[in-house]
Amino acid sequence: MTQLPPLVALVGNPNAGKSALFNALTGARQKIANYPGVTVERKSGRASFADGRPVEMIDLPGAYSLDPDSLDEAVTRDVVLGNLSGHRRPDALLIVLDAGNLDNHLRFALELIAQGLPTVVALNMIDLAERDGLRLDSQALACALGVPVIETVAVRRRGLEPLMTALDGALKNPVASIEPVATSFGAQNQRARDIARSAVISETAGRQWTRRLDAVLLHPVGGVVILLGLLFLMFQAVYGWSEAPIGWIESGFALLSDGIKNVLPNGYLRSFLTDGVIAGVGSVIVFLPQILILFLFILVLEASGYMTRAAFVMDRMMAAVGLSGHSFIPLLSSFACAIPGIMATRTIMDQKERLATILIAPLMTCSARLPVYTVIIGAFIPASSVGPGIGLQGLVLFGLYIAGILGAMLAASVIQRFVTQSRTSSFLIEMPRYQWPRPRDIAINLWQRAWVFLRRAGTIIFAATIILWALLSFPKAPDGSNVSQVEYSVAGRIADGLEPIVRPIGFNHDIALALIPAMAAREVAVSALATVYAIDAADEDAAATSLGPKLAADWSLATALAFLAWFVFAPQCISTIAVTRRETNGWKWPIFMVSYLFALAYAAAGITYWTARSFGL
Amino acid sequence: MQLDHLPLNQIALIRAIDWESLPDQEGHRLRALGFETGVTIEVLHKGILMWRDPLAVRVGRMTVALRTKVAAAIDCELSA
Repeated sequence: MTQLPPLVALVGNPNAGKSALFNALTGARQKIANYPGVTVERKSGRASFADGRPVEMIDLPGAYSLDPDSLDEAVTRDVVLGNLSGHRRPDALLIVLDAGNLDNHLRFALELIAQGLPTVVALNMIDLAERDGLRLDSQALACALGVPVIETVAVRRRGLEPLMTALDGALKNPVASIEPVATSFGAQNQRARDIARSAVISETAGRQWTRRLDAVLLHPVGGVVILLGLLFLMFQAVYGWSEAPIGWIESGFALLSDGIKNVLPNGYLRSFLTDGVIAGVGSVIVFLPQILILFLFILVLEASGYMTRAAFVMDRMMAAVGLSGHSFIPLLSSFACAIPGIMATRTIMDQKERLATILIAPLMTCSARLPVYTVIIGAFIPASSVGPGIGLQGLVLFGLYIAGILGAMLAASVIQRFVTQSRTSSFLIEMPRYQWPRPRDIAINLWQRAWVFLRRAGTIIFAATIILWALLSFPKAPDGSNVSQVEYSVAGRIADGLEPIVRPIGFNHDIALALIPAMAAREVAVSALATVYAIDAADEDAAATSLGPKLAADWSLATALAFLAWFVFAPQCISTIAVTRRETNGWKWPIFMVSYLFALAYAAAGITYWTARSFGL
Repeated sequence: MQLDHLPLNQIALIRAIDWESLPDQEGHRLRALGFETGVTIEVLHKGILMWRDPLAVRVGRMTVALRTKVAAAIDCELSA
């Protein structure tokens, strides 16, 4: 008979250092999946007892009680109670307590101990508590709770061995819980505070560091300036640091593509591999450097405790459109790319607010729109000056960013009111103490983000780009035909059907054709237009330079402006749709998102076109 | 005195919380964060610019951010 290793669940309040302890116990050998039936992330890993027997650990989502008020908390409750179908009940609980916050965290611990599972308590971050002037008696605490209490400092790997020994003991010799099931929340709270008080040996004024830092970082004016400065630095880094690695990835794929061209004869297989697979996968992986840099910043800010401060500073402004400070970081990330932005909405506790944030994230002007904007602005907007140091082209570009933000604000208000029907947003959050982020934890997290992005979004994008390739490649135009391959293909025929629909908003047949491959990624619109205008260009940059004059000769200004307006709103990115599907666990919301964004894009382009026409442009 | 009127850096005790006036989820979260009659409380920071909203409040040894609208449901008295 094979026996599964015992399952130990780490459970505790948010900010108790649970994930750091989990990382310290399991190392990098972690598995990420979803809990059966829900989108909550399940992190599991292996640890071993002193004699080498394995034990499986899971890191349950942080919770304040077994009476849930978020999806994460519901999962924690269901796993602890053994109510989650398709998931085995843990054999033991490892309760992680923030030593510096006993009076607030102990109530949940009592609730957990009363469940009667073998239990060990990790009195974590004991060093920070001591730094804050708090000395605790863990023996007294163990007596009062009736379970072993081990002092740990997860980030310094202190107390890990005694912790595993205590877990081993608890699993081998389960003792009956002495903790009574509480009669009321209030009674349990009272008992928790009494126990916490009796465990304190001495207490001096604490928290000076955090308080002093907050006086600066939460300053009514200074705090805003610092946040803006940080954001500026972050965007500089996302664009600046990623340039070189993006170049390496691009030339790597180009080399690979050339290699295949040298080996394989011209034909479907070669075209499939180079134009389909390599171009498709390459167009995804090229985003990886920006995503990693962005996540590096986000993870460091999160681990240091600054993230809740940024949410605090921005909350009032977000409240104006029915959101809260929680939505700020995901939306901000979306300026680089909506994919990490949507992934970052996992930190939003309120599910309605999270959904609204996901739905408006694509309206933030992402980096993939820039090539399109640059080409059209360069071709149609004169490089004249409208004031000292203010160029007209820059002003138009700025206007496009603002149009996206205003569109997002409008969409957020409407969505929160009519779609999610959230009465009010709320902002109620624990502000953790500041800490130095630990490089190892950041690295593990970053690796996990990269992997999740490559594996899941990559598979869907991969499939989608292959379909696009097929649409553009078949049927083959007959030899000697004066119709180009693109026009002759299925995509070209779809464009014929699309043309009457987009004609009223000023788009011609060529634009209709360019919109189809641009579904894969917005910037592809540039190379697609270049193909349509039969320009033989080596890459997107070269295409952009020679494309401008051609477009300026062929399009009216009204059409160009309508094209820009379209790109502000249109959900032209299959990866974003794929990520939305994954994060909302179904097709309902991605379909809603795509529909409302296309409607918005169509309306915006139409209004722009006809307004421009009425001015005789 | 309601918590949203409490001056900065003044230690006070929670006298009563008007649970009825709070939406379920917020009341629940507030309770879970340790807000209760008799607990020591102190307003540490107020939000940005002219809004001065939300508030950063110390409850026991923990700091919690909450909006003034929620704070208005918490009645406290300055401790001597």
